[in-house]
Amino acid sequence: MTAALEIKGLRKSFGGIAVTQDVSLTMQPGERRLVIGPNGAGKTTLFGLISGEIRPDAGSIRIFGEDVTKLPVRARARCGLARTYQIITLFPKDTLAHNVVLGLLALLPLRLDARTDLSRHAALHDRAVQLLDGVGLAGKALHRVCDVSYGEQRRVELALGLAQQPRLLLLDEPLAGLSQDERVVVQRLIAQVPRETAILMIEHDMDVALEFAEQITVLHYGQVIVEGDRRTVVDHPRTREIYLGH
Amino acid sequence: MKATIPGLLLLAALALLPAVSGEYYVNLGSQMLIAVIFASSLNLLVGYAGLTSLGHAAYLGLSAYIAAWLALRLGLGHAMAAPLTLLATTAIGGIFGWIALRASGLSFLMLTLALSQVVWGLAYRWTSVTNGDNGLSGLTRPAPFGIDMENSNAYYWFVLSITAVVLVVVGRLVNSPFGASLRGTRDQARRMSSLGYNVWAIRWCAFVGASFVGAVAGLLYVYFHKYVHPSVLSVTASAEVLLSVIAGGAGTLAGPAVGAVLVVLLKNYASGYVERWNMLLGAVFVFIVLVMPHGIVPGARSLLARLKEKRA
Repeated sequence: MTAALEIKGLRKSFGGIAVTQDVSLTMQPGERRLVIGPNGAGKTTLFGLISGEIRPDAGSIRIFGEDVTKLPVRARARCGLARTYQIITLFPKDTLAHNVVLGLLALLPLRLDARTDLSRHAALHDRAVQLLDGVGLAGKALHRVCDVSYGEQRRVELALGLAQQPRLLLLDEPLAGLSQDERVVVQRLIAQVPRETAILMIEHDMDVALEFAEQITVLHYGQVIVEGDRRTVVDHPRTREIYLGH
Repeated sequence: MKATIPGLLLLAALALLPAVSGEYYVNLGSQMLIAVIFASSLNLLVGYAGLTSLGHAAYLGLSAYIAAWLALRLGLGHAMAAPLTLLATTAIGGIFGWIALRASGLSFLMLTLALSQVVWGLAYRWTSVTNGDNGLSGLTRPAPFGIDMENSNAYYWFVLSITAVVLVVVGRLVNSPFGASLRGTRDQARRMSSLGYNVWAIRWCAFVGASFVGAVAGLLYVYFHKYVHPSVLSVTASAEVLLSVIAGGAGTLAGPAVGAVLVVLLKNYASGYVERWNMLLGAVFVFIVLVMPHGIVPGARSLLARLKEKRA
């Protein structure tokens, strides 16, 4: 079976500091994988390298068999990659529905249409509302992003990611900054993402993260130090030493 | 299309101007309309793409020079010269856009300024082509379908109809799926890339579109004045149109039109009464920026909304 994500010998340095050192990782289609590590371990840099926002110094990245190492960000999106950001990156003055419409439009030749009014494409709007319904926000589809709560914005990020019909979804701390109640909601929504989509997630809330993950990769100083299923990783002495603190 | 009826009413009212005023005001009206087209072209970049250009006079000026040169030096008729002018100016806009869009923010602004200064320098120094500081004069106006455009009223109606077409086309473009993509690149370029949009290509298309509309304004400008001088390419000309867009309200269809009308009024009307009219222009803009930081049109809209809220 073709791997959803195959990273080999990935390296990246900023100045003299190596932030990603020979990272190799393979994810199967539909897999739920967690990346953990202390602050500065290189988790977000790894996401940047996978999504194409950061160019690696060495190594290769394949998404569903296609070598995307030298492809720009937009081309990787077309290979089935979608991502959310640690710091919410939405269109704050636009409505929730418009945000999701932009996600839907990106996949269609219609995005090049400069003549017809966007509001005439009711099917796009309906599909956006449907996706928002999936994250419990259909009732706020016509609210502006800047007028909804932080937790709701996190859910819009998820809906926007799903609008891209991804086969591989990168979630960068999707629960960061949320209240306990909001965490439960978002956690449930992530669990509901269809199995056709493989998920690679960075998360600091260990209780939530361990519940989600089937496979875990522990990063430390840009290196993969432990990898395996929950039990293997949690019981590993290196994990306890550098991450769990005992 | 809730703006259709008020738009048609405004068009009808403007069409009546020659019937109720003299030649001076009709000519002033033509200049205002040309400025509206020019400001609308820059608005595509500043307002909808978030790309602040300080060299937009290059496209109006290039278009004016190319049209004059084709007619006066090569002896081409208007039917041939006008499309060639639009094509050549847009092509140069494409090249300038390719260069300027290698940068963003302040560097983009400086590149647009530098490129327009290159064109301005050429207009001054390449005397064999541009006639240097003397400019090119002697151009005639076109006579489509035998209509004599030398008549001020006929030319005003001609410019008015072109302005209406330009505003409708720009309005359609910014509300289209492509327009939504363009605004997306303005608001969140990083996200647009990760969604799969080619941010650079979208911005370049906007740059080329803005050059084309700027070229239309340049053609109308040179037909109106029948003369072109290097000052049309100056930094002041670029700054004036940028001020029009910002003062009126960048990113709105009506804003740059209002800003452009204000600038032409101040330049042509107030200068008759106030010797230091440039100072007055500056003071008016400082006032607008302080009182309505998003521009006249968005400022007026928010004021109306607050009044409505109070009444309710």
